Amino acid sequence: MAKFFAVTIIVIAIASAVPIVMHTWEPPADISTHGALIDEQMSETMLEAGISFLAAQIILGIFIWQFSNPRPDAKIKTLPGGARGLVIAALVLVGAEVMALGIFGTKVWAAQYFTPPSAGAMPIQVQAGQFAFYFRYPGPDGKFGPLHPDLINEATENFYGLDVDHDADSKDDIVTAEMAIPANQEIHLLMHAKDVGHSFFVPELRVQQDFVPGLDVSLHFTATKVGKYEIVCTQLCGLGHYNMKAYLEVMSQEDFNDWLKKEQAMQ
Amino acid sequence: MTNRYKFAAMMAVLLFVAVAALYCARNVSATAEGKITGTIKLDGTPPHQKPIDMSKEPYCQQQHASKPITVEGVVVGANGGLQNVVVYLSEGLSAAAASQVPSQTPEFNQKACQYIPHVLALDVNQHFKVVNSDPTSHNIHPMPQPAGPNNQWNKSQPPGSPPFDVTWGAVEVAIPVKCNVHPWMHGYMAVVKGPNGVTDNNGSYTIEGVPPGNYTVTAWQETYGTQTQKVTVGAGKPATADFTFKAK
Repeated sequence: MAKFFAVTIIVIAIASAVPIVMHTWEPPADISTHGALIDEQMSETMLEAGISFLAAQIILGIFIWQFSNPRPDAKIKTLPGGARGLVIAALVLVGAEVMALGIFGTKVWAAQYFTPPSAGAMPIQVQAGQFAFYFRYPGPDGKFGPLHPDLINEATENFYGLDVDHDADSKDDIVTAEMAIPANQEIHLLMHAKDVGHSFFVPELRVQQDFVPGLDVSLHFTATKVGKYEIVCTQLCGLGHYNMKAYLEVMSQEDFNDWLKKEQAMQ
Repeated sequence: MTNRYKFAAMMAVLLFVAVAALYCARNVSATAEGKITGTIKLDGTPPHQKPIDMSKEPYCQQQHASKPITVEGVVVGANGGLQNVVVYLSEGLSAAAASQVPSQTPEFNQKACQYIPHVLALDVNQHFKVVNSDPTSHNIHPMPQPAGPNNQWNKSQPPGSPPFDVTWGAVEVAIPVKCNVHPWMHGYMAVVKGPNGVTDNNGSYTIEGVPPGNYTVTAWQETYGTQTQKVTVGAGKPATADFTFKAK
């Protein structure tokens, strides 16, 4: 029975590694400039964790096989010097591995979070609220008007609480339900939540960032491939969470200009 | 034996009197009921109504592909007629007439991610049905005044779920309704006592079944608020009450 158990453990471990080694569930093709680094980090992590996982499972199986039928007079032998040496060795090994992953990951993390967007980045604001995203473009003046939460009125489509009658900067702001961006142009995304925690996830863009109520979160990225992608909320935010989504349209610069003009006319 | 006959005779007389009284009462109110009609207009240029982008819900976006819809705060039809104005009798209705509840059960339909009708007028305790005609889920959420007599609730309706029946127990003009899934969906339920009407796309309305008397008629519009007018309804004679709201 124990030998059967040992074999089962090893078979399950190897079987679960097969789809990963064969790349059965690949993430969608990357459309960003920073995505390659993230993909590299992911496969490094997968490789290291995968090898450790397989090694641990196989060793476990071997031990079960080996010691499943102990003789009645057999004594439990300890390593010379006790288990301490082994524990310290394991800690050092695992610690070194985690640290190495962290050090390798710093490059992409720092490029995303510790480096400010370039001066030419295009600012777009995104507001998450139960259960939709709304986007704001600053318009020709390049300035976002101030927000007045008390003026938020969904019946008049004033999702941001803009006071266009009194704030000069708000007059030309463009609020949309869809996010369009020009390809090969760095985007500076300014994120805030209207109510609870949400998340902005575009798998193709390799961007997944939480909205934290009360915080203005800043993010920057560049998309390289024209197309329509889904933006989904990946932070359970209430009853309608499953339906909280918007679309990201990556366009050529000319198409984007036309789109923005059309959206402005609808304000 | 004789006692029993006497009792039966008395009961028969009582029954006859009761039926006769009921019949007469019905007859009186039926012949005497009048109605109030009128047209409600907007004076001035209606404010810009923002188009609604439903791209989040591709089915609904498709439904409106040929004719994009806008918000419905001010809907003006032909000749400046103002749509979705609730007209009701705010004063002058007798307690008996006010307590009558109509037997019709109107629908509040969630269709192509819009509320149809946008404004629903109801009598206190009148039953109405909430319907979901879309292949997508809605979560209807009426929001009465927080400390008021009516209670807030919300209810999910997945596609294909049956309509459900609701009533409101107290007067409130008007209860805003939103959808917890689709932020652009917005409507109102106006709960009043007694006969009422809502203007159509020409701004016309009719309040049926108004007993003769002197009334204060109130017109409520979601953006412009209320206006009142005194009206006298004669037996079988329709009275007229026109209103004009000024564009801000």
